[in-house]
Amino acid sequence: MTVFDRAYDDTVRVLDEDGEVVGDVPDLDDESLVDMYRHMRVARHFDGRAVSLQRQGRMGTYPPLCGQEGAQIGSAYALDDDDWMVPSYREHGAALVHGLPLKQTLLYWMGHGDGNNAPPGVNVFPVAVPIASQVPHATGAAWASKLRGENDAFICYFGDGATSEGDFHEGVNFAGVFDTPTVFFCNNNQWAISVPRERQTRSATLAQKAEAYGIDGVQVDGMDPLAVYSVTTAALEKARDPDTDRPRPTLIEAVQYRFGAHTTADDPTVYRDDDEVERWKAKDPIDRLESYLRDEGILDDERVAEVESAVESRVADAIDEAESMARPDLRELFEHAYAELPPELERQYEELAALRDDRGDAAFLED
Amino acid sequence: MTETQNLTLVQAVRDGLHTELREDDDVVVMGQDVGKNGGVFRATEGLFDEFGGDRVIDTPLAESGIVGTAVGMAAMGMRPVPEIQFSGFMYPGFDQIVSHMARFRTRSRGQFTLPMTLRAPYGGGIRAPEHHSESKEAFYAHEAGLKVVVPSTPYEAKGLLAASIRDPDPVVFLEPKLIYRAFREEVPDEPYTVPIGEAATRREGDDVAVFTYGAMTRPTLEAAETLGQEGIECEVVDLRTVSPLDREAIVEAFEKTGRAVVVHEAPKTGGLGGEITAILQEEALLHQEAPIGRVAGFDVPYPLYALEDYYLPSAARIEEGILEAVEF
Repeated sequence: MTVFDRAYDDTVRVLDEDGEVVGDVPDLDDESLVDMYRHMRVARHFDGRAVSLQRQGRMGTYPPLCGQEGAQIGSAYALDDDDWMVPSYREHGAALVHGLPLKQTLLYWMGHGDGNNAPPGVNVFPVAVPIASQVPHATGAAWASKLRGENDAFICYFGDGATSEGDFHEGVNFAGVFDTPTVFFCNNNQWAISVPRERQTRSATLAQKAEAYGIDGVQVDGMDPLAVYSVTTAALEKARDPDTDRPRPTLIEAVQYRFGAHTTADDPTVYRDDDEVERWKAKDPIDRLESYLRDEGILDDERVAEVESAVESRVADAIDEAESMARPDLRELFEHAYAELPPELERQYEELAALRDDRGDAAFLED
Repeated sequence: MTETQNLTLVQAVRDGLHTELREDDDVVVMGQDVGKNGGVFRATEGLFDEFGGDRVIDTPLAESGIVGTAVGMAAMGMRPVPEIQFSGFMYPGFDQIVSHMARFRTRSRGQFTLPMTLRAPYGGGIRAPEHHSESKEAFYAHEAGLKVVVPSTPYEAKGLLAASIRDPDPVVFLEPKLIYRAFREEVPDEPYTVPIGEAATRREGDDVAVFTYGAMTRPTLEAAETLGQEGIECEVVDLRTVSPLDREAIVEAFEKTGRAVVVHEAPKTGGLGGEITAILQEEALLHQEAPIGRVAGFDVPYPLYALEDYYLPSAARIEEGILEAVEF
């Protein structure tokens, strides 16, 4: 039996809340397990620092990921380098695992367009802000790969709220019809800003929505990184295999919780109880993996301390790098609208550049 | 010697799609009814049989899905040519058009570009039901990152379509369905392009410059001929591309005549007529000898067909508009 033959509410789990093994542990060597743990710690620490930078006015509005490290790192860890990631706006941890430097994520939220420009060979799409709008892109991109006879897989991230949008349905439906190599990964973190999961749909699970499109659907404990890794690996293998008997696309519902606010502009205490937050914090994905790794003798106090200090310096370095980037050149404002700068845009640029030369940056800039 | 065929505009579109499908394996045509059925206007007739269902793709009925998956395909380097069956149905795909199709290059700092061409039959005059006659090119012209093309002859439809499909940037290609079958023209079989962003002078004249495009080019020329018999010589400029506008050609024609009228079937408020007027105010004010006139659709939802002939600028309305500018 594969993970795709289960009932939609039969949640895949490997570790329970205390880190005890309750399912099939995926075949990963010790170093990979520690690497996964380290990535989760980087994501958590990065997130805390990012919120702090926003509070200090050193960064713009930022969407925290805290609580979702298990789903993000577990899923991204399953990707091959050649696979493509189509994120929403909260997948900083997943993008990090897939090769996007932390500096890029910082730059994007600090208002630099270059943050979205992944280094060559890092197959990550730009951040998509309008909810669910990236879902058809992932289907189309995967479709292109299939039409060209390539065998790359595509993973598309979105939240529970996105499953209410038309674009979710259109994108997943196309994937079903054209059997595209796409893994739809729903980070069900229970809240679409202030509106709970129960207000998004009357469906008992989000995974069962796959049924409507004739693709596989599976629910996984999103705070269990090993379960997420297993399920995503299976879905990606199926996506890459053109001869599979099953539909190539999969909808994964990773059940989890956003510990913090939707963004730094949001106050979750208005719409949810502290009790609920505490209940979910008891399921913390990092504690869970750490506990398992300690039990297995893979991690000890000394190794954890090493990870901790490496994590802190890595994040601090990324912040230094991002903050030392100069403001983009004025021309960047116009440069990428078209492949070739149209004469009217050239004229608009020259007008602005001449005024800046005349008056100086002080006439334009607030800080 | 170049072989040609005597084609209508919609046949020229079909010929353009055929040529580009043949020239480049990365080109795919996709949309509702474009495959076996050959398109409701026959714009894709026969292409499915020749190129198969992986190149000429019948999609589910979902405009956002059609545009959004084409965005994903184009991001991966293909050249999708999605068709929306009528431009009045582009709105369910509007978010994908303005949030993604127009912005992907900018958002990724040039890492991704979308060489896609979104086609739709547009405009009124064919006695169609509600939501089948809209003329909303200004929406798309207002959106930076897009190019917006409106052909008015079969020869140019083929060449502009080829240029759009080969363009590294996304193009909204609006086909005036009133003239889909109104007349024929010799169209070469071989591939060729007509450049995006260049206007064409359809008629020379010293008295007044008349700017138009698409289906309105013909009644405008008709009005110009009638007035010509009265000794009023109109310079008629067909914009062919509404974004980017050919500012140079617009200014040049105006400087030659000192008077201008813009003709379009889109509603007057916020239409291209206002934009052209503004360009002339900015760049050629001292040449101006009369108020710049606008002959346009009215600021009402496009009417059911019993009244559409009153709505669309007719040769008579255009003549009146030109006379006002000339007699000021």
